[in-house]
Amino acid sequence: MTSSLLLSVTTFIYGLAAVLYIAGWVFRRPLAARLGTWSVWAAVAGNAAGFILRWIESYRMGIGHAPLSNLYESLVFFAWTIGVSHLVIEHRYRNRVIGAFTLPLAFLAMAYASLSPYVSDRIQPLIPALKSNWLIAHVITCFIGYAAFAVGFGLSIMYLLSKIAAAADGRSGQRRAADVLVLQFFLVGLGLILFRFILGWPFGAGLAGAVAMAAVVDLAAWLLGRQQRVRDELFTRFPEPSLMDLLTHQTVMFGFVFLSAGIITGAIWANSAWGRYWGWDPKETWSLITWFVYATLLHARLMRGWQGRRIAYLSILGFIAVLFTYFGVNLLPGLHSYGAMAQQLR
Amino acid sequence: MAGGASLVIVKRLFDFFASVRLTVGVLLSLAVTSIIGTVIPQNEAPANYVRAFGLQGYRLLEALDLVDMYHAWWFQLLLLLLVLNIVVCSVERLRATWPIIFARKPRYRLERFEKSAIQAELSADVPPEALRQAVQSVLGRRFKRLATLPAADGREAVCAERWRLSRLGVYVVHLSVVLLVAGAMIGGLFGFEGYVNIPEGDATDTVVLRDGSGTRRLPFAIRCNDFSLSFYPNGAPKEYRSSLSLLRGGRVIHEKEIIVNDPLRFEGINIFQSSYGKLPPPLPAEGAGPPERLAVHVLSNHSGRTYHQEGAIGDQLDLPEGLGTLRLDAYRPAAEFMGQPLGPAVEATLVHPGQEPIKLTLPLRFAAFDKMRRGRVAIAVASAVPMPERYYTGLQVTRDPGVRVVYVAFAVMIIGCLVTFFMSHQQLCVVVRPRRRGSAVAVYGVTNRNKMAMHRQVELLARRIVAAAGQTARA
Ligand code: HEM
Repeated sequence: MTSSLLLSVTTFIYGLAAVLYIAGWVFRRPLAARLGTWSVWAAVAGNAAGFILRWIESYRMGIGHAPLSNLYESLVFFAWTIGVSHLVIEHRYRNRVIGAFTLPLAFLAMAYASLSPYVSDRIQPLIPALKSNWLIAHVITCFIGYAAFAVGFGLSIMYLLSKIAAAADGRSGQRRAADVLVLQFFLVGLGLILFRFILGWPFGAGLAGAVAMAAVVDLAAWLLGRQQRVRDELFTRFPEPSLMDLLTHQTVMFGFVFLSAGIITGAIWANSAWGRYWGWDPKETWSLITWFVYATLLHARLMRGWQGRRIAYLSILGFIAVLFTYFGVNLLPGLHSYGAMAQQLR
Repeated sequence: MAGGASLVIVKRLFDFFASVRLTVGVLLSLAVTSIIGTVIPQNEAPANYVRAFGLQGYRLLEALDLVDMYHAWWFQLLLLLLVLNIVVCSVERLRATWPIIFARKPRYRLERFEKSAIQAELSADVPPEALRQAVQSVLGRRFKRLATLPAADGREAVCAERWRLSRLGVYVVHLSVVLLVAGAMIGGLFGFEGYVNIPEGDATDTVVLRDGSGTRRLPFAIRCNDFSLSFYPNGAPKEYRSSLSLLRGGRVIHEKEIIVNDPLRFEGINIFQSSYGKLPPPLPAEGAGPPERLAVHVLSNHSGRTYHQEGAIGDQLDLPEGLGTLRLDAYRPAAEFMGQPLGPAVEATLVHPGQEPIKLTLPLRFAAFDKMRRGRVAIAVASAVPMPERYYTGLQVTRDPGVRVVYVAFAVMIIGCLVTFFMSHQQLCVVVRPRRRGSAVAVYGVTNRNKMAMHRQVELLARRIVAAAGQTARA
């Protein structure tokens, strides 16, 4: 069995886990959620096995290196860190609903790696710039940080959902509208990632698909939420809002340490490869933007009134910055016209 | 009065710079403005901007400093504001927490503990004395110093604390940010960043500065002894390697082979492998004698084919396709064409069958020259002895005395973050109360952060104490 095949299978186990968690939550079937947990264990194990197998394969090809050197490999590692972080939180706080919001992210990462026509799963030899232990430290720390932010993001979405539900019959219409709007934006964004980048549809069709997906989710949410009883049951299994808020903060703190370490190891690597620790190139700058957003979150929490919803907004904003650092930077315009003779060694 | 008013202003200013509100504003502004520089490419040649944005657009970008925005005054001002904010805020807060952090003896106030939300109470079937002993042994194992406070009704409370110094963590993180900015400033003021291309075998002691401010002499010359590159079977580059010698007064003072990710560092100057290229084939110098053998390339305009032949000065060559003959008459080290210097050239006579001879000048440096004649053939000549391929190595040469400060800041930041996020100043207080049957132990906790973890700890501690008391009572 090759690592690519094993990892493709793992993709579907992650998907299965996400579906089981969501089913367990929406239809209130604890058994489904429990099966979800088992699936995550299986997926995490398969993911790790695939990672190690790929490492071994690279040595068999005579170009041995840790499988952390391109988009495919980093996505595989990203999914694994999300899975593991989820298991830790689920174990610690004994709550399985969270899985309905975090596992889809692990699935999307793996699906992007395995299914996207834009991501090659070939094992490639290391080009000179990538031959550095700092690079390995850089990738590992960054992705642990991203995984923590991903879990924090899932919690923030849950927090907003529970607030929307709680406000459904209350008076805070404006806030509710804001929350709904934020969620719409995100649904469409997620749909765009799915259709445009993972499935490779053209932009227009991808956008239409994303809007349609958001509409379907909204319709389902509206149908489910029409009855007070169903609504209550959907949210009784959520952790307390104050706990979700606290957990968001904790995952962000955890992620912040690792993001800082990631930026730092990246800077040290850049200094040994190019002779400068910081060059304001778009990728570096976006990681700094992400860092600023989460630093804002940490400090905003110290101000009066900045708890709960606003922290959830910032955590969502931060995760969007993470996604942009990771995927979006390649879409930025460039005026680059490299000299014909001198070849940049990147 | 005036003094009072200015005091008020100073106080207001101070409060402004000490506020977390400003921090949030500045951090968000930094995040948002940083985006601009990733959307508009930075430090490109003006022509590229004009092509992309038009002349008016370029003027506007230029006026707003958006073509080099990370060095623009307004971006630097934002950074300065952040640093000022950090310093003022930290000083003010540290003034308040200093007495707490560096008190000779920890101060415990029972009321504060009793009001705390973090508490756990358990009753046990043992006499109060057994519980009291258990408290001493369980806490004694975990904390360095236990303090005893008088509590109500003549009872006493046992108090302990740990990780008081972790309160400093936040200031350590903030210090690291200041250090980082300081290190970057030192680098900007006292360092330089340049590049130089050195052909194999050549040496130079001058580099071109990246910021466009000219060149810079190094305290030594760099000689590229050799450049080599290797590829993987799939064609991807595997390694770029330059063998360098540093020379001073004609003597080699240092030698190293550098590859990407393994630079040469010497006397504070760092030399990195950053690019490479192939040199154009070397040409005969002006004034040199004729090449012994000449390669003659004949392009037939009729068939479009190119033929390669060889000859020496004085030879007469038969052209292919029955096109006639070419005689290589003479070598001119410095030929001219309509007053323009052409460099070394060969004079030749071309005779197509049944036509007048044509006199040609064939410069060695400009292979396409004879195409301009638009004749039946176009002829180019070059030295026939193949010259070995020569590379140049592209080196990034930097000096940055701020790097050390920046690296220290990196370490300080990570340590500070770990302490701040994962340690907390925890204070505990345990009170034992007699009950009608047996006794009860109440554990109170106070902490500056991560209250949930402390709650769990307090509950665990209460259980441990009761268990330990039970064991001693049974024994
Ligand atoms: C990029 C710059 C900054 C970084 C990386 C940074 C980092 C941090 C971190 C990691 C914390 C701990 C957060 C927590 O407890 O959850 C913190 C707390 C804090 N920061 Fe900053 N900070 C920065 C700028 C500032 C500035 C400019 C101020 C000025 C007002 C400030 C004021 C504070 C305060 C008051 C606290 C809380 C201290 C406490 O808990 O006692 N920070 N900062």
